[in-house]
Amino acid sequence: MSATVTAERTVDTERRLRYAISDGWVLTKRNLITYVRKPDLLVFSTIQPVMFVLLFVYVFGGAMKLALPPGLPYVDFLMPGIFVQTAIFAATQTGVGLAEDLKKGLVDRFRSLPMARSAVLSGRTLADSAAIAFQVVLMLVVAVLVGFRLHAGLPKGMLALAGALSVGYAFTWMFALAGLSLKSVEAVQAASFTLIFPFVFASSAFVPADTFPDWLQSWSNVNPVSIWVDTFRDLTLGPLNPSGENLMTHLWQSTAWFLAILVIFVPLSVRLYRRT
Amino acid sequence: MADQMIRTEALRKSFGNVHALKGVDLDVEPATVFGLLGPNGAGKTTTVRILTTLLAPDEGHAEVAGFDVVRDAEPLRHVIGLAGQSAAVDENLTGLENIEMVGRLYHLPAPEAKRRAVEILDRFELSAAAHRTAKTYSGGMRRRLDLCASLVGRPTVLFLDEPTTGLDPRSRIEMWDIIRELQSEGTTILLTTQYLDEVDRLADRIAVIDVGRVIAEGTSDELKMRVGGEVLAIRVADRSRVGEAAGQVLGLGPGGGAVDNNTGEVTVPVGDQGPAILTEAVRRLDAAGIALADIALRRPTLDDVFMALTGHAAEEAEEPKENGKRGRRGRRG
Repeated sequence: MSATVTAERTVDTERRLRYAISDGWVLTKRNLITYVRKPDLLVFSTIQPVMFVLLFVYVFGGAMKLALPPGLPYVDFLMPGIFVQTAIFAATQTGVGLAEDLKKGLVDRFRSLPMARSAVLSGRTLADSAAIAFQVVLMLVVAVLVGFRLHAGLPKGMLALAGALSVGYAFTWMFALAGLSLKSVEAVQAASFTLIFPFVFASSAFVPADTFPDWLQSWSNVNPVSIWVDTFRDLTLGPLNPSGENLMTHLWQSTAWFLAILVIFVPLSVRLYRRT
Repeated sequence: MADQMIRTEALRKSFGNVHALKGVDLDVEPATVFGLLGPNGAGKTTTVRILTTLLAPDEGHAEVAGFDVVRDAEPLRHVIGLAGQSAAVDENLTGLENIEMVGRLYHLPAPEAKRRAVEILDRFELSAAAHRTAKTYSGGMRRRLDLCASLVGRPTVLFLDEPTTGLDPRSRIEMWDIIRELQSEGTTILLTTQYLDEVDRLADRIAVIDVGRVIAEGTSDELKMRVGGEVLAIRVADRSRVGEAAGQVLGLGPGGGAVDNNTGEVTVPVGDQGPAILTEAVRRLDAAGIALADIALRRPTLDDVFMALTGHAAEEAEEPKENGKRGRRGRRG
């Protein structure tokens, strides 16, 4: 008797998992089609970080160099920050996309269908991560053009880019929660920037944190963006790394932050989706 | 299988301190069209959202096709279809892609989803536009596409939330034909609308809903009898003689009648005696030498029904406002 029940449960769980994956994939494809048909979405969100690169390298670059140890080109210091920033900014699209689907009534349609409850969110975050990957690669081209080099070899450099991508993925879940709770494209856009600001700018992303006042340094030191960017630098600066290489420490801290965000925001978002 | 395809008992739903539903009881028989008639904010959409598992009721319970909408939400979703006034199609996908996607989400194998999508688009005359993105569709086409999406799963019960609101007259008539056809194939349909003529033409039974309550239920004829059937409406050319004209015609009907001092219109419910009373009215007014600007028999409108049932016009109820930051959805109707 109980064996039968257990067996049925196993079958049920297996079926649910299969549907969670296949439904998620159906929606991933749907969202990817949107990116292809509305290329302006990608173009404009790519232009912005490129402008940041130009601003920092050519406008602030000369002055910034004075704060860096001699021999370290600013562009090599800056680009890890830009990669992480690009990934995080691109992740805001998850919140915008969800708010749009809610407004148009598409989420109502999906919720009335016998599909997996997680699929709208997993399909959204996965497709947006593909867009993030696209932007990260594009950014690499821009970076090389303005003089960025991988000083620690190609494998580590690839690992660094994969790291930026996973940061973006973690943030898509944060913005998924924002999109589901705010439900308006404008509100999501405004809130996203406010949410991003203390993470991206009060960090070691663009300047060495040791020039900050004490209180800001305390924040920057625990700020996951600083940790991710520092990890990225460990993987690309090689011998030029001003803080010396703390790769293993940074790697596990980065991974811990990545997992912590997912552990908090995935269940929160799925729960909110069920009740929206 | 339940005797009733849809059954609700004392459904209640509040958003903050706004009571959207204050105890709604409905019974819908299989293979019938049931019309839920009421103005905006009456609770129509809230009812549909509860019956399609999008919203949980605060109190009471509801069954659709024998499934409890809360406890059996998952199996229920396999047998229902929902098409809404918001026309929820993805405008960046083509018509075909939209329907295929929904088919896949009903867990049809890919070839079957495609086959059904092609078939259904053909049936609703969207084949020619199947490979165009939905944003190029006209309002009527979009609504048909939305309906296609609700039908891929071959639902036993179909919910149509204001399927014709905002459609041009031709698209409206097309939609009516489609609804009749679906019913003849055995689908049970719950339709919400603000238009009496729509439920008049389509619905086997009608429930009139106002501020969260069903205030009348019956067939179209039964409801119209409660209004008093047709109405004779008269406007005199010389406003100063309105009272005189009213004196001549008010006694002609089976009872009741009204004089609108703003428009100078005199209305008399005429039951099923329309033509006879019209002739008599013309004769009397002519004999009294009262010239007419307009005289007509008209069918009762939703306003007349509401007047008769509630004593107030079918005005848009105040939009429920939810407390806190839960958003706009689930509050229409």
